[in-house]
Amino acid sequence: MALELVHNQSQPFAKVRGEPLHELPADLYIPPDALEVFLDTFEGPLDLLLYLIRKANIDVLDIPMARLTEQYLQYVEVMRRKNLELAAEYLVMAAMLMEIKSRLLLPRPKAADDDELDPRAELVRRLLEYEQMKAAAQKLDRLPQRDRDFLSVEVWIEQSLVERLPNVHVQDIENAWRSLLARARLSRHHKVTRDELSVREHMAGILRLLAGGAFREFGELFDPLRGVAVLVVNFLAVLELAREGLIEVTQSEPYAPIYVRIGVAAADAQGTP
Amino acid sequence: MLSLPEAKMVLETALLSSQEPLAIGELRKLFDQELGADTIRRLLDELREDWTEKGVELVNLASGWRFQTRPAFQPYLERISADKAPRYSRAVLETLAIVAYRQPVTRGDIEDIRGVTVSPNIIRALEARGWIDVVGHRDAPGRPALYATTKRFLDDLGLRSLQELPPLEEIAKSLDLPAPSGEVAAAEPDGASGDDERTSPAIASAA
Repeated sequence: MALELVHNQSQPFAKVRGEPLHELPADLYIPPDALEVFLDTFEGPLDLLLYLIRKANIDVLDIPMARLTEQYLQYVEVMRRKNLELAAEYLVMAAMLMEIKSRLLLPRPKAADDDELDPRAELVRRLLEYEQMKAAAQKLDRLPQRDRDFLSVEVWIEQSLVERLPNVHVQDIENAWRSLLARARLSRHHKVTRDELSVREHMAGILRLLAGGAFREFGELFDPLRGVAVLVVNFLAVLELAREGLIEVTQSEPYAPIYVRIGVAAADAQGTP
Repeated sequence: MLSLPEAKMVLETALLSSQEPLAIGELRKLFDQELGADTIRRLLDELREDWTEKGVELVNLASGWRFQTRPAFQPYLERISADKAPRYSRAVLETLAIVAYRQPVTRGDIEDIRGVTVSPNIIRALEARGWIDVVGHRDAPGRPALYATTKRFLDDLGLRSLQELPPLEEIAKSLDLPAPSGEVAAAEPDGASGDDERTSPAIASAA
């Protein structure tokens, strides 16, 4: 069988800045959590297996299952002890490896079928396919990437700066104003606002009401619908008018209706007889 | 009727100010279809030539033609740019590679090859970048979604078609492995750039 993957025995075990290293430097410092950091970098069981295979220069087409399984289990155990998040797939792979190992140990039946596959075949296929994709991923990443290695050019156009606003004619503004005025007039009568509460104003109002000299019942001077505040001011106005003698407040007997009439002085001022 | 040099200037202006690559079909509209596709291509080649000594280059991508900054200047631009493009993790890149070379694939297919579950974040990240999308569903239990790469993926990596993807490394052919070998057909000259929807890589897919 053609052995495509041959590894150089005298390969340096590491490369620092492109320079190969054949032995550990004496002053090399390994931080305590280096192992965790290292174990964490594996993308999964296939990744770990590939690492073990390549590191030990194992011939992937004739994997020594017992040795590989043992090494794999050791690493998984370290990961577990270091409380690294162990994907379930690692354990599934452990089981798979042990199964393959045991199948290799079983004696082959005498009349072996031709399509009795090497129990390692599927594993090898998966390993090689993953390795192929891993290499492809690295190559893809080395292609120039937009936003990382270059930018697409887009010249800023005046058009894109100014917001496209709809055209407005003077006539539109005039019409808008007219309708505003019309609405304001309509709503003035229905406006619900706080009235300017002026006692003097209410006094004048009451006098106007009483102009002509007729007697008015006390209640007629008040509009309860306009609220308490207005009632109070109205009452104050009545009191003030009474004090100034501008109105006459009379009652025939206790609990009888109270009547109000314009006073003599005010009548004179108004010109009523 | 515009002179050719004038037409070239129109092309230049349109390409510089466009937000997206412009295909020949689009560019023809600039002239009310009065110029043929061949003429436009010739002018574009000239235009590309004109810009060789500039920091910006005219490139022909899967979706059409576009002006891009030259990678040599990226280090300078990074000094004044606020945001830095994120580097993708190995998981994302491996997933992307599998979709690119084996499309269309389901998440399950990706997981089989990688040997680990694919986090939905990875798929989402690639979809958000606009590099992969769902092109259909496999007729299998669960009707899983099939993913493929997009034209934008090709544009962003400066490729005109999937044929231009870096060739896969060869896998050992012994042991009767059903795994595909990695030769990709050589890139074809720009005959119908941007016109094909999706060209599969010239790799025989595994059954």
